[in-house]
Amino acid sequence: MRKLTTLTTAALVASASMASAQEVEVLHWWTSGGEAAALNVLKQDLEGKGIGWADMPVAGGGGSDAMTVLRARVTAGNPPTAVQMLGFDILDWAEEGALADLNAAAEAEGWDAVVPEALGAFAKFDGKWISAPVNVHSTNWVWANKRVLDELGIAQPTTWDEFVAAMQAVEDAGLVALAHGGQAWQEATVFDGVAMSAGGADFYQAAFIDLDPAALSSAEMTKTFARMETLRGFVDDNFSGRDWNLASAMVINGEAAFQIMGDWAKGEFLNAGQVPGEDFLCFRVPGSAGTVTFNSDQFAMFGGDGSNADAQSELAISIMSPSFQSAFNVVKGSVPARTDVSDADFDACGKQAMAEFASAAASGNLYGSMAHGHANRASVKNAMYDVITAHFNGEYDAQTAVEEIVDAVAIAQ
Amino acid sequence: MAQEYARADLKTRLQIIIPKLVISPSLALILVFVYGFIIFTFYLSFTDSRMLPSYGWVGFENYDKLFHLRHWSIAVKNLALFSVLYISICTVIGLWLAIFLDQKIRGEGALRPIYLYPMALSFIVTGTAWKWFLDPGIGLEATMHLWGWESFTFNWIKDRNYAIYTIVLAAVWQTSGFVMAMFLAGLRGIDNEILKAAQMDGASNFQLYRRIIIPQLRPAFLSAFVILSHLAIKSYDLIIALTGGGPGRATEVPATFMYSYTFTRNQMGIGASSAVIMLMTIAAIMIPYLYAELREKK
Amino acid sequence: MSVATTDTAISTAKATRVLIYLVLLLFALFYLLPFVIMVLNSLKPLDEIRGGKMMALPETWTIQPWLSAWSTAQIGVEPTGLKPYFLNSIKMVVPAVTISTILGALNGYVLTKWSFKGSTILFGLMLFACFIPFQIVLIPMAKMLGLLGMAGSTNGLVMVHVVYGLGFTTLYFRNYYQVFPTELIRAAQIDGAGFFRIFWRILLPSSGPIIVVSVIWQFTNIWNDFLFGASFADLDSQPMTVALNNLVSSSTGIKEYNVHFAGAIIAALPTLLVYIVAGRYFVRGLMAGSVKG
Repeated sequence: MRKLTTLTTAALVASASMASAQEVEVLHWWTSGGEAAALNVLKQDLEGKGIGWADMPVAGGGGSDAMTVLRARVTAGNPPTAVQMLGFDILDWAEEGALADLNAAAEAEGWDAVVPEALGAFAKFDGKWISAPVNVHSTNWVWANKRVLDELGIAQPTTWDEFVAAMQAVEDAGLVALAHGGQAWQEATVFDGVAMSAGGADFYQAAFIDLDPAALSSAEMTKTFARMETLRGFVDDNFSGRDWNLASAMVINGEAAFQIMGDWAKGEFLNAGQVPGEDFLCFRVPGSAGTVTFNSDQFAMFGGDGSNADAQSELAISIMSPSFQSAFNVVKGSVPARTDVSDADFDACGKQAMAEFASAAASGNLYGSMAHGHANRASVKNAMYDVITAHFNGEYDAQTAVEEIVDAVAIAQ
Repeated sequence: MAQEYARADLKTRLQIIIPKLVISPSLALILVFVYGFIIFTFYLSFTDSRMLPSYGWVGFENYDKLFHLRHWSIAVKNLALFSVLYISICTVIGLWLAIFLDQKIRGEGALRPIYLYPMALSFIVTGTAWKWFLDPGIGLEATMHLWGWESFTFNWIKDRNYAIYTIVLAAVWQTSGFVMAMFLAGLRGIDNEILKAAQMDGASNFQLYRRIIIPQLRPAFLSAFVILSHLAIKSYDLIIALTGGGPGRATEVPATFMYSYTFTRNQMGIGASSAVIMLMTIAAIMIPYLYAELREKK
Repeated sequence: MSVATTDTAISTAKATRVLIYLVLLLFALFYLLPFVIMVLNSLKPLDEIRGGKMMALPETWTIQPWLSAWSTAQIGVEPTGLKPYFLNSIKMVVPAVTISTILGALNGYVLTKWSFKGSTILFGLMLFACFIPFQIVLIPMAKMLGLLGMAGSTNGLVMVHVVYGLGFTTLYFRNYYQVFPTELIRAAQIDGAGFFRIFWRILLPSSGPIIVVSVIWQFTNIWNDFLFGASFADLDSQPMTVALNNLVSSSTGIKEYNVHFAGAIIAALPTLLVYIVAGRYFVRGLMAGSVKG
């Protein structure tokens, strides 16, 4: 029996490889769980087209180890075919001239029409498509345990003050108000939503995207840091160093009421068998409704010597196909990068996310997330991380933090 | 006769050339891949390199930025604190354990591998175990609470001011056994005749150790110092596994700083300048040691 | 030259001996604790781990995590476990350890028995090279490997590890041969033996212990290396540390700590084996002169 299957497989493989000896080497850090399974869908899709998938996973640091490996590979002259990348990193590599031109596929498939401009800004360089966005996450979300809120008679907060009052009520009841993991990027993720709520969209644009020193030292910035201090008062003593999924677990288990985190957190809730609207709530950080701070995982295609252009094209087309976009994002908790994908398979929170993404894109309220490298370069982003995390950990007060962030941004540029 | 002389000449000449030939590949490799790269890094520190090496000259700007970074002073302070504690505690523990083990202990064969094995493990391996152990929520503190000792606290790893000591703890755990092995070897090499003579003169055990044995261990102390300082400077995996540099930036050291600025933050110029400072510090410590060590041979 | 014995001339009173045993046992406990935690927790099913009682014995003993870590755990897209990467690591480590040890032995021999003008400086240069932090060499080495056409191959990894291990192996052998009686060498030379014959016939046979030290040191460092393995290998040559890192450091999904621990122990088995098997020669090797500088 086994022999027969092996023979059949061998025959299939042989015929596939005879059709096209092409292969894509993919560097990524989706090494477990749902994402790996979703990536497998892409792999099989490509195999159906006769293109082999050489997997090159490098976990760690949310992609930072992978980025180091990428530098070594590019310097050595054998870059991978496609690399998972975020935001400004893609543009940095495009500036180096390392990325391949995908315009042929883009025009044929009509991507310009269905990908919002704010998102396209990271997938295109000098008018040329250089990468294929896989998903769109956004960071200004709050996740809440509905049972805890119901028991305490708290309604879903719509303004910042209501939010603070709600957290106070939870704390008084003896539970943890805000589940948080004390890592620099998590504090920055919270900061995204808080900054948007404290200062509004124009402030966000001026401070984080334009890096205007006036905006960076404005009263809204002080207000943002002050709000971070409020939040700091609502986290438990053990928050330092905690992984984000463990913080989500606290909300899932009912130990904590709220978590401010990007919508990859949704996957944890779904995996635990919870239902949006019944067991958990998802809503935008109060004060930031109507805006979306997004980040998008993309597969950047590395130019190399152009020998793999066909395979890269096919990979990009597969990634951008509505069926893959739907299948992948249902699992990942994010929304598709194209606005014309049906939301039929998504859960309630996913549907809400897709609707908000589309309306924010239409009204010009789609902003790149600072915390995830879509507002400014890596050096500036990390400089902001330093200040945000130092302030959150109590090293200085809000006023000093504002001064620090101005300095830090200046040095980092 | 003349032919024999000529042959002897050739042979002796060969005997002079061959050793140099034998060592030259290693020398070449080291010159290129170590010193060549150091020079490259030195050059990079004066350029505007960001994500990849670039060659626009910016003079001392990177160093200027470096010394203005709070982050860097924290890293340097941490390294100083960590190195002093790590090297001294490892040496003390290593020496004591070696002295104890040297006392004709039964079961030495079983104890020695137990003391040595932590060195075999990488921190990707033990990092998670230590992180658990040190975490107040699930580790030692929680277990103590479970066993009834409610007031026990051990949350150093979460505390900005104490986190660095947890790093010392894990580092000592990993290497003190190796230091013990070095001292044990040194102890075993001490001539018993001298000890017996001193004993006959009425010296107590304490005096024996203080006057004869420990001074004779001087080479072992120096070797331990070299190995330990090299490990202290290169400590990267350990810190990333345990605290990731946190809480905040409280446990950053120059090695993690250099990595993050070069690779994660796309500021290779600053990363290179921090590397140069690191190398200069290493040179400042090691060159005097090497000079003293190698000079004695003459 | 007196023979070093394993028996000290010091004698201790009974009460002191009790104290000594106590201290030694306490330290043994200290060293064993993290490993015991890992082993215990690698034999528990996932619900028990979530329960959080880190130090408790498993209520249900299971070897499922071990099987999973070896052959079915998700490493990237493929659920292959650590097995395929093990061979890659071995293919890299064995040549690297062998070559760096041989070169170190030859270097040590040259530096001590055939020293010439400047050989001390040379040794100093090689020794200082031990201290270079690896992050510094990553990018320039990548460029070199690319130029040499060795990028992404096991050979490239072997070369990298040989280069950065040379300083240590040379140090060990040089210190060992330093105290080796030169009279034997002179005698052999008078008998007409040349460079290589002396090495092969006289020095090498007595080098057992220091070879063990060098092999243990190199094996441990190379086996446990992550940075070079991740940066300079491609699919066919990725060592097991990279796979282990992928298993343990995934940023999303359920963290199966029991599988992580099982995987971590599997990854450490070769080094542990080397330490246990060769460990007794380790002290002997350090003893026979390498420590005495």
